[in-house]
Amino acid sequence: MKKRRSKILYVDHKFCPGCGHGIVNRLVAEVLEEMNEDKGAICAVAVGCSSLMPDTYGVDIVQSQHGRAAAVAVGIKRCRPDNMVFSYQGDGDALAIGFSETMYAAIRNENITVILINNNNFGMTGGQMSPTTLENQRTTTSPYGRDVSLTGKPLDVMKLMGTLDVAYLARGTLTDIKEITKTKKYIRKAFEAQKNKAGYSLVEILSPCPTNWGMTPLNACKHINQVVQSVYPLGEYQGGGK
Amino acid sequence: MEKLIIHRESCKGCQYCIVNCPKEALTMTGPINIAGYMTTEVDADKCITCGICYNVCPDYVYEILEEEAKA
Ligand SMILES: Cc1ncc(C[n+]2csc(CCOP(=O)(O)OP(=O)(O)O)c2C)c(N)n1
Ligand code: SF4
Ligand code: SF4
Ligand code: SF4
Ligand SMILES: [Mg+2]
Repeated sequence: MKKRRSKILYVDHKFCPGCGHGIVNRLVAEVLEEMNEDKGAICAVAVGCSSLMPDTYGVDIVQSQHGRAAAVAVGIKRCRPDNMVFSYQGDGDALAIGFSETMYAAIRNENITVILINNNNFGMTGGQMSPTTLENQRTTTSPYGRDVSLTGKPLDVMKLMGTLDVAYLARGTLTDIKEITKTKKYIRKAFEAQKNKAGYSLVEILSPCPTNWGMTPLNACKHINQVVQSVYPLGEYQGGGK
Repeated sequence: MEKLIIHRESCKGCQYCIVNCPKEALTMTGPINIAGYMTTEVDADKCITCGICYNVCPDYVYEILEEEAKA
């Protein structure tokens, strides 16, 4: 089976060893190429480790202010309805500071695709608590573990958006070849929804952040399988045709 | 004939490829690269060029090409 590196991945990225961002970068690149949408694709990244992408990722990219990537993507899509437009954001970016922009793009069923890397923390800034941090998870800002009586419970964006009129919602992970293959299928379906003008699509990806979790990459994948997935179940939540 | 190409300079030693290879064809026995990471080596007799290592590697270390078209 011939495998050649996508032209979009024209130079090595800067993510840490075992980071899920690298895999998702490749999956999105391949889906865009397979759909013949790579030339016109426009990406809005915001702040977080995704903001390393403008230096290494070969599609047109707008670096938005923290949290605002969905709003920027919507603006671009409305002006360029025939281009594939997506935001690529972290959990902190999309669900903390950018919660309003994320939700209102979905509430309006805007015809964009959101790729949401959920690694349960603010990765780039050194592992602070984010809305998706697990109960009792230790982070630099929850050193005794996340106390949900103070912070509320971990935010499940699939549940939250499942009540809305959006085109496609799915949650995948990257912990082995089977899950990576499924996640690619979800990303493909999300972009197809946009192509069919069906409206808003979001794929959330449970992603290892070995650096801030203080784990080896292999143990970070084990942690996703054994712990994270039980809080955030995998699968298609809307538009899966099941 | 297809051949597995290893771009060792991009490897960060995460070992995802090692545990996902269905033929146990990969080991962490390649030379240490310029960034200081341990890298992988393939046993070409065991490799079936299935592409799984390509698909799990976060750092795009693997390609599978026709033997004559060397990268
Ligand atoms: C307005 C503003 N506030 C705070 C920051 C600091 N900051 C940089 S990255 C980041 C968090 C990113 O976390 P996430 O979106 O989960 O991305 P990850 O790095 O985990 O992929 C924060 C708070 C900033 N750059 N701008
Ligand atoms: S800090 Fe975490 S999310 Fe950021 S590049 Fe490193 S492993 Fe990836
Ligand atoms: S191509 Fe398949 S068999 Fe060969 S090293 Fe990679 S995963 Fe193993
Ligand atoms: S998956 Fe890639 S980066 Fe990780 S050890 Fe294997 S070749 Fe190196
Ligand atoms: Mg994060």
